[in-house]
Amino acid sequence: MPKTDVVVTGLGATTPLGGDVATTWSALLDGLSGISTLPEEWHDKLPVHFAGQIAQEPSEKLPRPRLRRLDRTQQFALIAAQEAWDHAGAPEVDPLRLGVVVSSGIGGILTILEQYDTFREKGWKRVSPFTVPMLMPNSPAAAVALEFTARAGAHAPVSACASSAEAIANAVDMIRAGRADIVIAGGTEAAIHPLNIASFASMRALSTRNEDPQGASRPWDAQRDGFVMGEGAGILVLESAEHAAKRGAKVYAHASGVGYTDDAHDIVMPDPEGAGQARAITQALTDADLKPSDIVHVNAHATSTPAGDVGETRAIRAALGDSAADQVAVTSTKSMTGHLLGGAGAVESIATILALHEGRIPPTINITELDPDVAVDIVRDKPRDMPTGDVAAINESFGFGGHNIAVAFRRA
Amino acid sequence: MALSEQEILAGLGEIIEEIVGTEPSEVTPEKNFVDDLDIDSLSMVEIAVAAQDKFGVEIPDDQLKDLKTVQDVVNFIQK
Repeated sequence: MPKTDVVVTGLGATTPLGGDVATTWSALLDGLSGISTLPEEWHDKLPVHFAGQIAQEPSEKLPRPRLRRLDRTQQFALIAAQEAWDHAGAPEVDPLRLGVVVSSGIGGILTILEQYDTFREKGWKRVSPFTVPMLMPNSPAAAVALEFTARAGAHAPVSACASSAEAIANAVDMIRAGRADIVIAGGTEAAIHPLNIASFASMRALSTRNEDPQGASRPWDAQRDGFVMGEGAGILVLESAEHAAKRGAKVYAHASGVGYTDDAHDIVMPDPEGAGQARAITQALTDADLKPSDIVHVNAHATSTPAGDVGETRAIRAALGDSAADQVAVTSTKSMTGHLLGGAGAVESIATILALHEGRIPPTINITELDPDVAVDIVRDKPRDMPTGDVAAINESFGFGGHNIAVAFRRA
Repeated sequence: MALSEQEILAGLGEIIEEIVGTEPSEVTPEKNFVDDLDIDSLSMVEIAVAAQDKFGVEIPDDQLKDLKTVQDVVNFIQK
């Protein structure tokens, strides 16, 4: 039985580069950095003084009484979901056929930390009665389901920094399984807090390039020294092609295949051979019925860590084979957004989809000296035109825990 | 010094606007919290805590559930 064709009909985002998709996309093509300095009072206690902080605060879009009962992850998710929903033309759909898969890598950790401060300073009665529905990791999925009356199921797969790519993959599977006609899918993260900066810094995972925050996220550069934490959300409206055609919806890409693997190598370090990453790509190709030569672009996970970036390029080469790998244009938009953790895969899927749709691949910025071990062609400094015709691209996301997700999108 | 009904109503109006966004002019004595003002049980907990801060009157949980209308809360705070 042929697989159900799943298409992308709506996009929404709020990121360090802009409060919506259009602003974010134009900043990505312009090679702008969304990294900014953290509050002065944090500097003394932390080795890192910058992050990819959201460009437009949720208070500009949501009224105060709503904000106070939503964790920041939920606020971002609702803003991005509303944009995606409107972008899809606010489809008429049976609530029993509308699903949600929205992830967060960490969950409502700002709520946990703020409410713990309140508890210690003022006692249990001053703890917000909304603490639990704000901190639970399914809270963004639940808030989106409630907002759009989605009753086919609301899910929140958690796989650290691969979470929102996994959400998109699960949404494709949900539509193929016949459980929904439309799924609102993606991810969100809001974890910029001194404790979380300290936690990643104590792993030596973060860049400490305090003298040059906007140059700190430099995937594949020989002098890269860690990732830059970011916050934000990306949401897609995924829909069966049949449902989209029936309502005359504009289609931005086919979400044609997904691959899921795990390294089972180390709790945080990726397998240096990239075997699990390569298997995820191969699975996505097989699932999408695509040949390696169909893939003209990869939006890589590459976070700017010494440990991760180069192995990923080897995995791409291993999965595609030399002749296709020689033709593929690879980029890391994290060089501009920072690493949105549980929001990363969704925002980067949006960049992958728009690259296919508009035929332009955003660059990787900040590479002054390319690491000599990089095994594929990186789009540096300026955007690059993509080949015309029936081509495809892959978004890759990996997470602590060895999770590897690849999602293949084909040009519509 | 007992607060007047008007003072309590004004104070409740401010609290309810802050917590659920209702216009203070909507907060009139006959209004039922659930049916008229669309205030859920978790928000009532927040309102009770804020009312304690504002008026210095504690509303115990077992009595909070019996306060159905704005007038009920005004009466409780006055006595």
